[in-house]
Amino acid sequence: MSTTIDDEVTAETPQKPTKRQRQAAGIADAASGGVKMLLVKLLMLGIVDAIAIYAVFILVSGGQWLVATIVALVAAIVNWIYFSRRRLPAKYLAPGVIFLVIFQVFVLVYTGYIAFTNYGTGHNGSKEQAVSSLMAASLERVEDSPTYPVTVVDQFGTLGLLVTSPDGDALVGTNEQPLTEVDAELEGGKAVAVDGWTTLSFADVLARTNEITELAVPFSDDPNDGAIRTPDGSNAYLYLSNLEYDEAAGTITDLDTGTVYSDLGTGAFTSADGDELLPGWQIVVGFDNFVRAVTDERLAGPLVYVTLWTFAFALISVASTFFLGLFLAIVFNDMRMRGRKYYRVLMILPYAIPSFLSALVWAGMMNESFGFINQVLLGGASVPWLTDPVVAKVSVLIVNLWLGFPYMFLVCTGALQSIPDELQEAATVDGAKPWAVFRLIKLPLLLVSVAPLLIASFAFNFNNFNVIYMLTDGGPRDSNAPIPVGFTDILISMVYKVAFTGQSRDYGLASAYSIIIFIIVAVISVIAFRRTKSLEELN
Amino acid sequence: MATQQPVPGTPNGLIVGEIDEFTDASTRPAAAVGAPGRQVPPRRPFDVGRWFAATGWRHIVGVVMVAFSLFPIVFVISSSLNPQGTLTGSNALFSKIGLDSYVRILTDPQVPFTTWFGNTLIIAGITAVATVFLGALAAYSFSRMRFTGRRFGLISIVVVQMFPQLLAVVAIFLLMSAIGDWFPAIGLNTHIGLIMVYLGGALGVNTYLMYGFFNTVPASIDEAAKIDGAGHARIFFTIILRLVAPILAVVALLSFIASVNEFVVASVLLIDTEQQTLAVGLTKLVSNPRYADWSAFSAGAVIAALPVVALFLFLQKYIVGGLTAGAVK
Repeated sequence: MSTTIDDEVTAETPQKPTKRQRQAAGIADAASGGVKMLLVKLLMLGIVDAIAIYAVFILVSGGQWLVATIVALVAAIVNWIYFSRRRLPAKYLAPGVIFLVIFQVFVLVYTGYIAFTNYGTGHNGSKEQAVSSLMAASLERVEDSPTYPVTVVDQFGTLGLLVTSPDGDALVGTNEQPLTEVDAELEGGKAVAVDGWTTLSFADVLARTNEITELAVPFSDDPNDGAIRTPDGSNAYLYLSNLEYDEAAGTITDLDTGTVYSDLGTGAFTSADGDELLPGWQIVVGFDNFVRAVTDERLAGPLVYVTLWTFAFALISVASTFFLGLFLAIVFNDMRMRGRKYYRVLMILPYAIPSFLSALVWAGMMNESFGFINQVLLGGASVPWLTDPVVAKVSVLIVNLWLGFPYMFLVCTGALQSIPDELQEAATVDGAKPWAVFRLIKLPLLLVSVAPLLIASFAFNFNNFNVIYMLTDGGPRDSNAPIPVGFTDILISMVYKVAFTGQSRDYGLASAYSIIIFIIVAVISVIAFRRTKSLEELN
Repeated sequence: MATQQPVPGTPNGLIVGEIDEFTDASTRPAAAVGAPGRQVPPRRPFDVGRWFAATGWRHIVGVVMVAFSLFPIVFVISSSLNPQGTLTGSNALFSKIGLDSYVRILTDPQVPFTTWFGNTLIIAGITAVATVFLGALAAYSFSRMRFTGRRFGLISIVVVQMFPQLLAVVAIFLLMSAIGDWFPAIGLNTHIGLIMVYLGGALGVNTYLMYGFFNTVPASIDEAAKIDGAGHARIFFTIILRLVAPILAVVALLSFIASVNEFVVASVLLIDTEQQTLAVGLTKLVSNPRYADWSAFSAGAVIAALPVVALFLFLQKYIVGGLTAGAVK
């Protein structure tokens, strides 16, 4: 970037244009656009507004006032930006920034929040949801329940039951909505249709039997009143839960055993001797996840060796790819050598292939009993490439070297060629030996231009999920750890496994690990930027 | 090349030639490190020792490295041509040649390979185009306009890209499932949702790359157009965008490759097999212990890699320029 450009632009648009100048610029700008441009602009804004209004409508009808307000506000700001004569930079920045804020900045902040909750399997929703699902899970048919004739009805894909009570009243309700009285069409004392709902035909009832038998329509707002369920789609019975919820005391009592489970603030109903009723609900647990990650022996061990291995993996990967790439750049940077071009194209092929595919192919070749390396290259050896904790680490590094050296080769070649020949000539004339020329002149100059890329490469390898996950899946698995972690896992693959694999998903703990990575990456970036001063160059 | 003479009159050539007279034969490789030497005098008779010391050993390094680079590629091509399915059967390279595995991977009803391929092209293609568009808009404003918060904006782009989206994968999953509860068309398990998440990273290193390139286009062109009565939008769409076409191609390609390669977010958001991308589908396929058709997978891998490799080699010259500006693999 040259300073002249900046100067010209600054000179052309002075800091504070007068009001007249701004008006004139605005008029000129508006005049130049043309009708077609205006129509396109109006059309685009129309589409955005239509989507926003639809979204606000849906959100408001669902009671999500906060989100609805935010959507409306953003839409208003977008309109203001594009209808204003000024705000020129904003017109160009707004689309990208909206995505950036939602899917990059917000999710990072949200990760921070989740790290302080117990979000995960068994702690997914609110307390009300937990109570109703606990009650629903323990429903049992009341033995002397009256028979309620029912008709299965549908409203926008949601199934409901149209119930005729023994008194002849018609009531309708769904899984979420308790029974409410309605004016229904009666046929032989049984309600068969009601406004706003579609009655399912016999064939539809058969087709959706599974969904229909799952239906449990609450009898009233109080979960203790039980629910109506139908085993066949034509007759329903009253089901009562064998748990009793006492809202005032905040306790659930098991009517069969008499055990009282109470809310102790741990996010689940807990009995006196420590048994938890799951599902529980989501609460803020403060630093519990972090404390657990560091002090629980079975978690702290894996965290330590995974962190150390992450650093080792990133450092060795950068160093090995850089030195191999630099060596090759030097070797092939000789004008006298024939066919350099062909070597170069063949050597950058590993870089051109999507890395997930390469890693999967390597995983096949490194298979202990059938793989190409053991069977053919080593003549039937059985080296445990991917199954031994130490050898697997070496394998990961070899594969990452294969994936990464072409990049360093390209970068180093470019950097070497940009060093002026005069420097070397001057040094040689002064009597410097070739090795001294390289070590004292070329290498320092090369490092100046390559250092920022090495830092970027370190940051990339620090989170190089693909090569770990596709090659070893983090394995071999550490059987002592309560979370699915293995000896070649790096931090990011551990986050993924804790959150999304295994029997129980622990979003809270996974986010806490993410926060640890944030902090490490942030510290490294700050140090790196201090060193390279690359931010200073921004103007 | 080996017999190239010092160009008379070129100071560079003359000096390099002279210097090499001093250089001891044993240090010649190291000398050549820096010196793009052209020193072998043509009249001297061919000497194997001299040739080896000068360039011969370089060919040995080259052959070894090419073997290291190519052997997984040769292996996967060979096993994709093997009509038998197993991993063991693929070990004898090119023992049998046939296209059976290609037919199997493309027609197997259990493995919707063509659907994955289509999904990948759609998702990566739309992401690439939209990334280029959003990035170019931002780069234009950073390059051509002076406004409050400009420096802050540039710095935030550098800082935010330090934290890749995959770190926030848990939050992205929960956010998308919440969005999916209200708007199923753009929530979990949809391509639009995944593309939107990818676009969150559009203003990152790519914008920076484009910003640098935009700065090399002289502002006097804008001014001339402005004097002729063109508005900012017309200058951007009809003048600037045409002038920066090479960087647009590079950014589109880098973004395309990145989306093809992306596994973490795609695997979390795309739940149904029919919705998945190649990265997710093929990885889950191979990690399934019951799936033993290695050569069909190899055929799939070859098909999947072809478009990316072709694009890469085709645009190689531009990419290498873009790489040094910060994209990393």
